[in-house]
Parts: sequence; structure tokens; C-alpha cells
Amino acid sequence: MIWLNQIIQGTLLGGYYALIACGLSLMFGVMRIINLSHGDFAILGVFAVWLLVAQTGMSPFLALAAIIPFMALLGWALQHWVFERSLRAGPLVPLLATFGLAIVIENLLFEGFSADTRSLAPEIGDLAFDSWTLTDQIYVGHLAVLIFAVAVILLVGLQLFLKWTALGRAIRATSEDPDTAELVGVNSRAVYAVAAAIAVATTAIAGTFLAMRATFDPYSGPAQLIFAFEAVVIGGVGSLWGTLVGGIILGVAQSLGAQIGPRGFLLTGHVVFLVVLAARLFLSGVDLRGALRRGLRGFAWSRSP
Amino acid sequence: MSLLAVEQLDARHGLLKAVRNVDLRVAEGEILALVGANGAGKTTLLRTVAGAHRPASGRIMFDGRDVTALRAHQRVARGIALVPEGRRLFAGLTVEENLRVAGDAGRAGQWNIEALLEVFPMLKARLKTQAGLLSGGEQQATSIGRAMMTNPRLLLLDEISLGLAPLAIDNLYRSLTALFSSGTALVIVEQNLNRVLGVATRICCMLEGRIVLERETQLATRQQITEAYFGLRQDTFRDARP
Amino acid sequence: MSGKEFLVTRWTGTSTASAAIAVVVIAALSLLPLFSGANVTERLTTLFVYIILAVMWNALAGYAGLVSVGQQMFFGLGAYATIRLSYGGMNVYAAILTGTLLAGCTALPLSSFMLRLRGGEFAIATWVIATIAHLLVNFDPLIQGETGKSLIALNAYDATVRQAISYWATLATMALFLVLMFVLLRSRVGTAVQAIRDDEHAAASVGVRVMAAKRLISTIAAFGCAAAGALWLATALTFQPRTYFGIQWTAYMLFMALVGGLGTFEGPIIGAIIFFILEDRFGATGVWYLVGLGIAATLASLLLPRGIWGTIEDRYGVQIMPVGYRLQLGSVDGLDGKQQRQTEGRWARLRSLPRL
Repeated sequence: MIWLNQIIQGTLLGGYYALIACGLSLMFGVMRIINLSHGDFAILGVFAVWLLVAQTGMSPFLALAAIIPFMALLGWALQHWVFERSLRAGPLVPLLATFGLAIVIENLLFEGFSADTRSLAPEIGDLAFDSWTLTDQIYVGHLAVLIFAVAVILLVGLQLFLKWTALGRAIRATSEDPDTAELVGVNSRAVYAVAAAIAVATTAIAGTFLAMRATFDPYSGPAQLIFAFEAVVIGGVGSLWGTLVGGIILGVAQSLGAQIGPRGFLLTGHVVFLVVLAARLFLSGVDLRGALRRGLRGFAWSRSP
Repeated sequence: MSLLAVEQLDARHGLLKAVRNVDLRVAEGEILALVGANGAGKTTLLRTVAGAHRPASGRIMFDGRDVTALRAHQRVARGIALVPEGRRLFAGLTVEENLRVAGDAGRAGQWNIEALLEVFPMLKARLKTQAGLLSGGEQQATSIGRAMMTNPRLLLLDEISLGLAPLAIDNLYRSLTALFSSGTALVIVEQNLNRVLGVATRICCMLEGRIVLERETQLATRQQITEAYFGLRQDTFRDARP
Repeated sequence: MSGKEFLVTRWTGTSTASAAIAVVVIAALSLLPLFSGANVTERLTTLFVYIILAVMWNALAGYAGLVSVGQQMFFGLGAYATIRLSYGGMNVYAAILTGTLLAGCTALPLSSFMLRLRGGEFAIATWVIATIAHLLVNFDPLIQGETGKSLIALNAYDATVRQAISYWATLATMALFLVLMFVLLRSRVGTAVQAIRDDEHAAASVGVRVMAAKRLISTIAAFGCAAAGALWLATALTFQPRTYFGIQWTAYMLFMALVGGLGTFEGPIIGAIIFFILEDRFGATGVWYLVGLGIAATLASLLLPRGIWGTIEDRYGVQIMPVGYRLQLGSVDGLDGKQQRQTEGRWARLRSLPRL
């Protein structure tokens, strides 16, 4: 029975991973850029939330709502000053520039806030602890369910936005062919800026929930980036729902691995990631992603690169 | 005054000079045929006029204003649209979405989805189909329709017959009669001389990046066009500017 | 060009002189411990390790086009293998050598998998694998998580002697890898690799064996970083997993290669020297130093993608180490009398040299 509990916990954890991963997936799907500072923006966002809460005593959810516009602005700035140049300069530059940015963010946060681990759990009272008891061995935390629900709502919202709005269509068109999109009147730079703004804003949401269910410190960013990337890869690049599936698989693998021993949590997750990556490479004759796409028809929103 | 005035345009393709010192004018409502062998520079010229390609030197004037520095999407707002070579549809989007993307971004005017379906009735049944799944003729119709959705004053068509069966090309040109008589200025790049001479008022021939012939279609003989096309003439043959 | 002669040369006056100077410098450096104190040799040892790391990372990213964010894995494994072997009873210096070789060998099976990945996937996969290696080392009861272990076998040697041996070993290793890279870049593989650097698809289309070239480079880089790690341990004496497997090593390598000049031979050396000086001056300021590094690396990648040396090379056409080819046209038409004689004289001398 304990295994069933772990599977449930892992599935709910997948909701968090989908949250942290959807921004990365969006940025990669639209701009073909992997932002190595993605996790650090999440931590930056949560420090901003934490600061606001500490100064004003407001609820972390309200603080998050207040911070999101600024994070979106930060995403716009990132696109305008960093990605804009990177996109023209070849495949190495975005990786190098965003890695440098990651170092800057982490260490500035350390300078400003010191290495203390912090948490937002004290600010949300009982929500951090309450759970539904399904059986005497299976507990389902309220917070975990909330995070999962938020992840699903966000993904649905993004899908609807991309599918039904004019801006969403423009984003999809630009992600397929930026050159031709410009030729039919779409301002590709503005589109990229919107995608970056959305992506960075979502990291703030993910970071805040991380702080609620666990702890954070200035150097937590890279771990979140790795989890996000693993979720995206396991689920298949280019599909937002795939990101949720990937997140769940990762969460379940980690939760089961935690039963094996110390550090089993992290190790199992990484190993599963590598196995999926290897399987994808060596089974490239079998169109796994095509099969997945056909199964998720209507949800996939862009072709894989 | 011309709608489009290209002045001493130089454009490179990598290190190669694809367009050399080109001067070209297109009047309002005129239909210009642009012919020449592969590699003559026609596509580069069209892309440079549309804003997808940056010129090395020279100027592009549209409606009396210098648009050389404008990006492609800004030129669409002014009224220049390009149907790119090879169609270049957004394969993951449906036909309707392809049209809507251009419609959202372009200018107001006579062309909307309903009007386009009158011109291309074959697309009615395919509106919700993913663009990548269409036949060649349907894709070309969608691509032209997409550009038309921006309600351009100048529409550039690059090799619309490419890869299509003769029957499909017939259908296409039949459908386009409405476009040809709509008053939109057109520059048509076409390999098939017969077709394009049937609709164009002027013909322009490029060779190795230069314009070597520019005449009214009524006045240009087959002999002249063929010689210009293959570079058999020593001189360029250009009428006085209208 | 029909009817005109041309000659392809590799060495110029500048490059011959520079190569000679390089040999002299290495020789002088090797005599240094006899004249100066432990402080100087220790700091120079650090510089040599930086140079090795920079050259290796540049080989990967600048030539093979592989952005690795996980080279610290080999750095850590080199040190870890050394510790393990030493505690297993091997002579400490033999342990350093063997540990390096063992750690480097882990690259062989890994590369056949990793090299099929592209761009960002490859980058993050290297990070994940480095993390896995770190975690596995944590499991070792000898290491006890993050507690670490000292290479106490070195205490058997007198401190000055130990320091001098580390110095010479590091100097020799650095010289070895520099010569290796130089020879490699001048060979057929080197041309292949420089072609890959410029345009991988175009290179493949003319028959360059891209995979083989990349595998060679990534294997060399693995051995180089492993050696660096083992030699760092020989100087630092303690092994703590977090220090050796930390991502900051990639940050350093990135900075050195980028600022110095990605894709050039001289660039990473210059970058390492700059890094060394900066660390000397500002390292004590703690994180501000790292912030500065990060800003410099970001700005360099965006604004000065060819790095300092690359920009100099482009602007002035200078090339100190002759890893390229020069085309000299044989026609003397258009030159005046004096230039004609000079050119013909140079030609005669070049033709008399053995083919290089």
C-alpha cells in the first residue's frame, strides 16, 4: 500500500514539475531557446514574493499576484536584451548568455539574502499540513492537490490562449516559421517578447509553490531547471500536455526511488530521464512522439523541432 | 508617380551579389511579369522588396515613402505582401488559422475569409484541415489567399506554379482572374511564359542579378524575351520609363 | 588563377618566432622552482590548471560545437579516482596518473550516447550526468557524503618537494595538452574540426566525419579535465565532492574560453591568464567576483562573441600559432621591382624548406 501512496504523491508532485516546466517548454517551442537561467528566475520571483510578504504581511497568493506583472516585464526585458541578439548569433550564444545570467542572478540573490534557506510554508498556515486521509496509509495533501490543480488550469489556459486567440495564433505561426510570419504581418519580435513574458511569469508561480511545499535558497535555481528540463524531455518537446505527463512520470519515479534509499529520490529521477532520452534516440525509427501526438490530438500545439 | 520604385538596389545572398543595381517601377494596378532563369535573382529581389531580406545598398520607395529600413511586418501594414516561393504555409495550423493570422495582422479591405472562399471555393471544405495535409494546388491557393488577407496594394507572387500539375495550374489561374481585375498591383514571377504573358501588362526579364529587358507585353516579341532570358543579347532592352 | 602559381604555407615569420618563444617560456617555467618560493609555484600551478581547463572547454565548445555544462564531472572523477587508488594502497603519484586515466575512460561509453544529442539537450544531459556522478560519489563510505577526504599520502613528502613535483607535473600536463591540441589542429582532424566549428552541416556534406571528430575531441577533453582535477587535488590536498563536482568550474571554463576567444588556439590561454589575475585581485570579494564573472561572460557572448583574441585575430589578421593555412599567390605581376625581388626571394626560401 505504501507504494500506492508514493505513486499518488509522485503524481501530485508531477503537477509542480509541470508548473516549472511549462515556461521552459513554451520558450523552447516558440524560440528554440533553452534558457539555462529558467530555474533562477523562479527563485528570483519567489524571493520577491517572500520580501513582499515579509514587509507587508500580506498573503503569499496576493503577493504572487502583485509580482507576476513585474516578472512578465522581466521576461520582456530578457527577450529584448538577451534573446534578441542570441537568436541571430547561432546556437551556442543563448546557452552561454543564459548560463552567465544564471551565475549573476544566483550570486546577487546570495549577496542580498544570504544563504539561509527559507520557506513560505509558515505564511499559509494549515494549508501546508492539512491532508485528506484516504486510508491509514494514503494521505493526500491539500497543498499538493492545489498545486496540481493550478498546473492543470494553467496548462488549459495556455492551450486555449494558443488555440483560440489572435495572439495565440500569431505565436504558433511564429514558432513554426518566423520568417514567413513576418511576411504576413506578424511582428515576430513582439511575439517572442510575449512568449518570454509568459514563460518568466509562470516561473514565479512555480517558485512560489516550491517555497510553500518545501524550502528555497539562492542556489536552488539549477535543480529546478534540471527538473523542468527532464519533465519536458520525458513528456516530449512541443506538447504542453506532454509536459504534464513528463512531470508525473518524473515525480512518480522520484517518489518510488525515495523508498529505496537516501539520495534515491534524485538519482532515480535522473536515471529515468537518461533512459527516456536514450530510448528516444535509439528508437528513433519508431515514431514515439508521433504516436503520442496522435493520442493527444488536439492538445499538441506545435511541431517538434 | 509609381506605387513601387526600386532604386539602384543591390542585394547579396551570402557573399554572392544576387541583385545588381536594379531599378524598377510598378504603377498602381499594374501587373508586371518578372521572368528569368533560376538563380537570376528574382526571388531575392521580391524578398528584398517585401522586407525579408536586407539590401546591401539602394532604396525602396513605396507610395512615395522610403520603406528600405522597415521590417517585413511593417511593410505589410503599408500594403506590400509576398506569396513566398514554396508556399511556406504554417503546416501545424489549419487553413482557416493560416488565413486568420494574416487577417489579424494586415490591413482592412475587401478581402476577408468569405470573399476568399468565393475566389477559391475548393478551400471551403478544407478550412479546418491542417495546412500540411493539403494537396499542392490547395496549398498554393491558401498561400495566395493568406497574402490577400492582408489587403495589399502590391502583391508579389513568387513561382505560384511550382510543383503543381498542369490542371491545378489552370484552376489556379482561373481562380485568380478576380485578383487580376481587382486593381491590386502585382509582380508575378513565373517560369511559364505563356500563362504570365496572358495576364501581365509589362514584362521584365532578369539575368544574373540585372534587368536586361523591360517592355510592355504587347510590344515585346518572343524573340526578344528569349534572347534576354538566355543572355544572347549584348545590350539591355528597356523601354522609356512610364 | 589559371596559369599562375600559388603556394600553400603554414608557417610565417611571426608564427615561427612565436613557436620558438613558446618553447623558451616552457623551458624557463620548468626551471622556476629552483629559484622561487612555494608561494609562486603554487599560484602558477593554479594558473596551469586553469589553462588546461580553458583549453579543453574551448576544444569542446569552440571547435566541436558542444556546449558542455558538465565537465566538472571529469574534474571530480579524476580527483575521486586518485583518492580511491591512494587509499587502496597505490603510490600517490601513480594514483594521480592512473586516476586520471580511469576517470577519462568513463567518457568513452558515455560519448556514444551523449554525442547524438543536440544543443541544449546535450548541455543539460551533461549537467545531469555530472550530478549523477556527484551523487554516486556521495554514496562511497570512504567519502561519507560531503565530508570528503584528504590525500594524506602526500604528507609522506616534504612540503617543498611535494609542491615542486606538483608544479612540474602540472606544467608538463599543460604542455602536453597544448602540444596535443596544436598537433591535432594542424592535422586532418584539425581541419575537420575547424570545419565543424564553422558549419557542421556543410562539413558533413563534404565528407567530414563529424561524429568521429567530435568523439575524439570530447575524449581528449575528458582526459584533460580529469588530469586537471587530479592535479588540483595534489595541490589542494583535500577532496570534497561539492568543491570538485561544483558547477562553478563550468562557470570558470566558460568565462575563460569566451572572454579569451572561443574557437581560437591562443584565446583560452589568454582567457585563463585574465581569469587568474582577476581571481587574484577580486576573489576575496566573494560573490561579487562571481557576479562580475557572470556579467562578463554574458556580455562577451552577446557583444564580443569572438572573444578578445578572436577579435584581434579578425581585425588584424594576426595568427600567432600556425594552426591554419596561408595562400600565397605566385604571380608577381602588379608588384614593383623591389617587391618582385623580395617575393621571389621568399619563394626560393620556402621551396627549399622540407614539406610541413
